[in-house]
Amino acid sequence: MYPRPFEYVAPKTLDEALAALDQTEGAKVISGGMSLLGLMKLRLLSPGTLIDIGRIPELDQIEDRDDHIAIGALVTHGMTASHALTTEHATALAQAASWTGDVQVRNRGTTCGSLAHADTAADQPAGAIACGAVMVARSVGGDREIAAADFFVDALTSALEPNEILVELRIPKEGGRSAYDKLGRRGGHSDYAVAGAAAWVRSDNGTVADARIGLTGVGTAPSLAAGATEAIIGSDGSAEAIAAAAERAVEGVTVLEDLYGSEEYKTHLAKVYVARALEQALALARS
Amino acid sequence: MHVSMSVNGREVSGDVEPRTLLVHYLRENLGLTGTHVGCDTGYCGACTVHVDGISTKSCTMLAVQAEGAEITTIEGLASNGELHPVQEGFWERHGLQCGFCTPGMIMQSAYLLAEDNNPDEDTIRHGLDGNLCRCTGYHNIVKAVQYAGARMRSEEPDAPDWEEEGT
Repeated sequence: MYPRPFEYVAPKTLDEALAALDQTEGAKVISGGMSLLGLMKLRLLSPGTLIDIGRIPELDQIEDRDDHIAIGALVTHGMTASHALTTEHATALAQAASWTGDVQVRNRGTTCGSLAHADTAADQPAGAIACGAVMVARSVGGDREIAAADFFVDALTSALEPNEILVELRIPKEGGRSAYDKLGRRGGHSDYAVAGAAAWVRSDNGTVADARIGLTGVGTAPSLAAGATEAIIGSDGSAEAIAAAAERAVEGVTVLEDLYGSEEYKTHLAKVYVARALEQALALARS
Repeated sequence: MHVSMSVNGREVSGDVEPRTLLVHYLRENLGLTGTHVGCDTGYCGACTVHVDGISTKSCTMLAVQAEGAEITTIEGLASNGELHPVQEGFWERHGLQCGFCTPGMIMQSAYLLAEDNNPDEDTIRHGLDGNLCRCTGYHNIVKAVQYAGARMRSEEPDAPDWEEEGT
């Protein structure tokens, strides 16, 4: 299967890429291409121009910047999954990256690309939301920072403007611990999430001082599970507290039936995986 | 657009449309039909090749994205007339039936073993998660990879299933 014809440019600098994106109607940015090329081959999307950012140096780094870590636009899923900075400061995101696609996909696909693609059932959006990530959207006009919880607008729709590139993901170093768990479409952790949840918790003297829970695969977009998050904050993190929080997993979420599960089943799974993510994050926080 | 790359140690170049997928460039422009097109959606892994040493699904990469890269396909795996240990393993342990998935299976297995030549069965199976065998011959594929790992460690491979005592 071939995509429809398109023009292709491979700028050497980010400024050139941003200028090209700003000046070219209907252009799309490609890095690994794991999501975009599939859509183009199925002709669900036919951009007139592809701007390949894959040859721009310095975007393939994960950096330690004192109060946060920064994941560049070309950092692959494989690197996010295994890098010492992500496994320590963004465990849920690293875990989600390790279950994204398969080895070949993780070799080429990028974390920022997956987030920008905004699939309703992708793993890393849940991790990014739980870890309190900030997306840095850059255009010729400058930078715009978008909280992960506000980034996923609808199915395959992010808050990025057509002339913006997601150049970097910033994860604050807030202490606390995080975890991600899911049911994959092919069972276990394989393939997109039928449902998945990531949880970040910070404990203080046996009390959950702060938390965030991200959901994926369940609704029209990955989202913050606000009810469950509210329920676990201030609790003692006990099994009862986790169960009570999990009961509120889909509060405010429009649960969507799809090929992989009914509304009832997805709701059930959301509760199961919110509980599991919380259990794992709290266990890490206690250890 | 003009592209140039190294394929199995040979410098190649040509003009392609930007939409030409790497797998089609290899098969149709270079005549290297060992790399197969299976699902054509990025799931099955039959089109797996190495791009700068990294295993990649060549049906989901543009030829122009491979500009300047070093590509290895199944045709480039054997050296000096000697099968690569993974090729030998698939032969010795009956790692293929119809053979359609085999080029991708072998390229992915070679990549995994280059990273770690002593993987356990779980690691092999997860490492081959992106390669589907329609004959469902996974059991012997795992055995073939274990055989190759032993060869690469200069150890004697385990006896094949069919020579185990009492079978």
